[in-house]
Amino acid sequence: MLDTIFAPATALGRAGVGIVRISGPQAHEVGARICGSLPDARISAVRWIRDPRDGSKVDQALVLKFDENASFTGEPVVELHHHGSPAVVSQLIEVLNQQSGVRLAEPGEFTRRSLDNGCLDLSQVEGLADLIDSDTDSQRRQALRVMDGELSRLVASWRADLLRSIALTEATIDFADEDVPVDVLPEVRALLSQVQNEMRHQLNGAKAAGHIRTGFEVAIIGRPNVGKSSLINKLSRRDVALISEIAGTTRDVIEVRLDVSGQLVTFLDTAGLRETSDVIEGLGIDLARKRAQAADLRLFLLEPGQSEPDDSVQRMSHDLVIHGKDDQGLLGGISSRTGAGIDGLLETVGRKLGDLADGSSLLIRERHLTAMRSGVGYIDIAMASMAHDSFAIEIIAEDIRSAIVSLDKLVGHVGVEDVLGEIFSSFCIGK
Amino acid sequence: MKHNAFDVIVVGGGHAGCEAALAASRTGVRVALVTHRRDRIGEMSCNPAIGGLGKGHLVREIDALDGAMGRVADRSGIQFRMLNRRKGPAVQGPRTQADRVLYRHHMQSEFTNTDVAIIEAGVDDLIMDSNRLCGVVLSDKSEVLSKTVVLTAGTFLRGIIHIGDVKQEGGRVGDPAAKLLASRIEDLGLPLGRLKTGTPPRLASSSINWEILEKQAADEDPIRFSFLDSGPLSRQISCGITHTNEKTHDIIRTNLSKSAMYGGHIDGVGPRYCPSIEDKVVRFADKSSHQIFLEPEGLTSDIVYPNGISTSLPQDVQEQYVRSIKGLEAVEITQPGYAIEYDYVDPRALDHRLSVINCPGLYLAGQINGTTGYEEAAAQGLIAGLNAALEVNESTPFVLDRSQAYIGVMIDDLVTRGVAEPYRMFTSRAEYRLALRADNADQRLTQLGISSGCVGEIRRNEFALKADDLSRANSLLRTHFATPDKAISAGIKVNRDGQRRSVFELMARTETLPEHIFALCPDAEKIKPSIMQQISTDALYASYIERQARDIETLKKDAQILLPLDLDYRQIAGLSNELKTKLGATRPSSVAQASRIDGMTPAALNLLIANTRKLHRKLA
Repeated sequence: MLDTIFAPATALGRAGVGIVRISGPQAHEVGARICGSLPDARISAVRWIRDPRDGSKVDQALVLKFDENASFTGEPVVELHHHGSPAVVSQLIEVLNQQSGVRLAEPGEFTRRSLDNGCLDLSQVEGLADLIDSDTDSQRRQALRVMDGELSRLVASWRADLLRSIALTEATIDFADEDVPVDVLPEVRALLSQVQNEMRHQLNGAKAAGHIRTGFEVAIIGRPNVGKSSLINKLSRRDVALISEIAGTTRDVIEVRLDVSGQLVTFLDTAGLRETSDVIEGLGIDLARKRAQAADLRLFLLEPGQSEPDDSVQRMSHDLVIHGKDDQGLLGGISSRTGAGIDGLLETVGRKLGDLADGSSLLIRERHLTAMRSGVGYIDIAMASMAHDSFAIEIIAEDIRSAIVSLDKLVGHVGVEDVLGEIFSSFCIGK
Repeated sequence: MKHNAFDVIVVGGGHAGCEAALAASRTGVRVALVTHRRDRIGEMSCNPAIGGLGKGHLVREIDALDGAMGRVADRSGIQFRMLNRRKGPAVQGPRTQADRVLYRHHMQSEFTNTDVAIIEAGVDDLIMDSNRLCGVVLSDKSEVLSKTVVLTAGTFLRGIIHIGDVKQEGGRVGDPAAKLLASRIEDLGLPLGRLKTGTPPRLASSSINWEILEKQAADEDPIRFSFLDSGPLSRQISCGITHTNEKTHDIIRTNLSKSAMYGGHIDGVGPRYCPSIEDKVVRFADKSSHQIFLEPEGLTSDIVYPNGISTSLPQDVQEQYVRSIKGLEAVEITQPGYAIEYDYVDPRALDHRLSVINCPGLYLAGQINGTTGYEEAAAQGLIAGLNAALEVNESTPFVLDRSQAYIGVMIDDLVTRGVAEPYRMFTSRAEYRLALRADNADQRLTQLGISSGCVGEIRRNEFALKADDLSRANSLLRTHFATPDKAISAGIKVNRDGQRRSVFELMARTETLPEHIFALCPDAEKIKPSIMQQISTDALYASYIERQARDIETLKKDAQILLPLDLDYRQIAGLSNELKTKLGATRPSSVAQASRIDGMTPAALNLLIANTRKLHRKLA
């Protein structure tokens, strides 16, 4: 029996209407719970969506019900056509996420169900390829890109702690007859306790929401005097709302947050990328490079006479390469001085980011929060088991494993080879 | 010389070869085992021990499928110890040291009442007919025809033995390397890699000062491998324990450059674990001593295997450092330790039956696939031999998945991900470890083996009886309910929450004792203690296994979405280059297998499914 899943079906941004789809065995039940009642199949009706926890209103929406075998996925489906503002989507996702019987869909899950039930036709199948091209790449960089430096650091330490705790546990199980410390439990307890506290702290203080950015990141890359800063200045003075200007955590990355066609976009001016051979600055440059690599989109600015980007940042297929300082307009580039090409650039950027819809940070943030909640839950169970006098180490290992698996989206995949690697580098094992 | 034709030829008489030949033979097909020396059948090349953690599980599974290793180890075992005895049943691993001579003898006896033809010869080439394998060519140029061939050449493919800077070709000390065969395998286009492994010096027991050393005794009530009665136990002995010391380490450090492994004489990747003493001294420099187990090789043997000091240092250095160890001051080395490097075939070239995807009829099993350990080899041998026989009979292949057996975990790891170092089984490799226990291997596998025809009559009958007992006992215990009050008055502490629990559920608590159960359910007293034990263990882990049920369901569902083996991944738009390469190397047979490739994403998986549907529609 499959779970019931939900997710936005439309690109996020300031549009008139957005659609959230719920699909699965409990779809109708959950839909009725938040809408009061559902109309008959395939007849749209207006309903107030309310948060079942306190009855508060979320949005007034057009609601549609589809029966099994007569829907997009082949499963029972409820569609909520709501007002398209990011605030509404955000709240709707939060409300649904807190409901029992339904969970946020994994990337690609709706498509998978449609495929499994034979509900996608050939042309849609062909269209998958384009969607997936950016999807596959962006998924990999999701975790890093969406978290700011502080949360990234925390997550890295959680990963290390969890890996160590499972490695210690597995070492006592798999290498019982060799030279490993028998009593690893105090260390395991300490590690899990630390992770548990820090995660709870993040969840409680809603700090995660603050550390996890919504919106996209666009990195501007190029040689020192190609005009990156001028471009950013020009963009901010255009008819776009300036939301905030945040100095980056290092002086090598300056961030400017703007609203571009309804998307929240953070432009990164990687000013310091190639300007020094100083060791300390080198570390900052490394970070800048990583930020640029992790951004959703890169704009490579070429200076007059340059034909190809020569920066140490890898160019992705959807990135843009533009001639800067193109005052004469001969190269189809931009000029911060004359303003030529800037409008076109913004439009292109807006369009490209719209295509990256499924990798949106709103969903990522929700997935991260869900992962944290679930992970903390399993760690709680593991700690509770350890508190008993007679516990079974293999059961604790199982609980820690479950915690790690649920945190996979957050900390990245921790596989057997990672665990074995940790064990072998820590303990002298092998007869 | 003229030979008969066979259905299955097994090349190599090691652990993999023996299980392969015997398994195929049990199904009734005509089997030949070709080996350089028939008196080396069942030889233990290195550590004279069987089982352990993870490995012990494999042995139980082999036994559940009526393989030989368990029985043979039971008959030749001289120091049975259950590892992790004080931990839960899911992670307990049966192990024994074995008398080398007895092991060989009993393994060779396994062949006596079978029709397996043992041919003493080397194999130099394979006979191909268009793309299909149809036999082997022996060193004397004679041909032996067969429908299938199972290659279990172990460390013999272009094996080179190193002792310090002295090297010689060999598959094992005293046995020649298989060079021509290695070339032929290469010609078939099979991707080869090179691995290395090491072995310690062998010591003369009579020259060891046992008096001053600590001992480790066998278990008082030895728990054996086989689910069937293996007959009388051999005399049990203790092994000795000693340690290296700073002097030992100094000698090794001074001479590191002379080590074949360290001196750069060897290609090939070694394991991260089971490191040589050189590795230990270098990587864990702050450890002032390393433990060594002195394992006698047999009841009548004067040879001792010092477990923990594998080495490829020159002979004279070995003598020096060994004699610096407590108890070994006057020791005589009967055989120096050595390193061996050898070719292995990238197991991604195989499917889950261990058949070479590009060469129908050819199966590979054992160390040739990049694994290390007798148990790993034997398990593969059984599967390969059985599948070769099933192929000849045009029957359904025998494939175990990750949720059914450690054998399934191992084979799936090998054929999906390949190996980066010699592959050894650990319980942590199994995501369904709590369900894949050594105690329930027969529950999981014997019936499957019976359906495939590899289980003999004695075991079939025994198993039927046990299954019956279990079924009746389970019925009783799962359908007998108790209110909280009833439970409490029987002596079990439960919350007074009005919930009725079955006796089975109550057995999940470690505090529940048999007397509590009998108080609640008097009929339970009629249940055999071993059956009761089995059900207790099941109860202990039941909720965790439930938790995993959904994952297993998805696993099985996805395993049924098949992918064509000749799908050209390079043509699928949208896949990253990295995935295209990995998919091309593995050639997954199903979506389930594809999902286990490193770096696979849900989106890419969808793309694969969509493309398969597209293909089906094109054909339809």
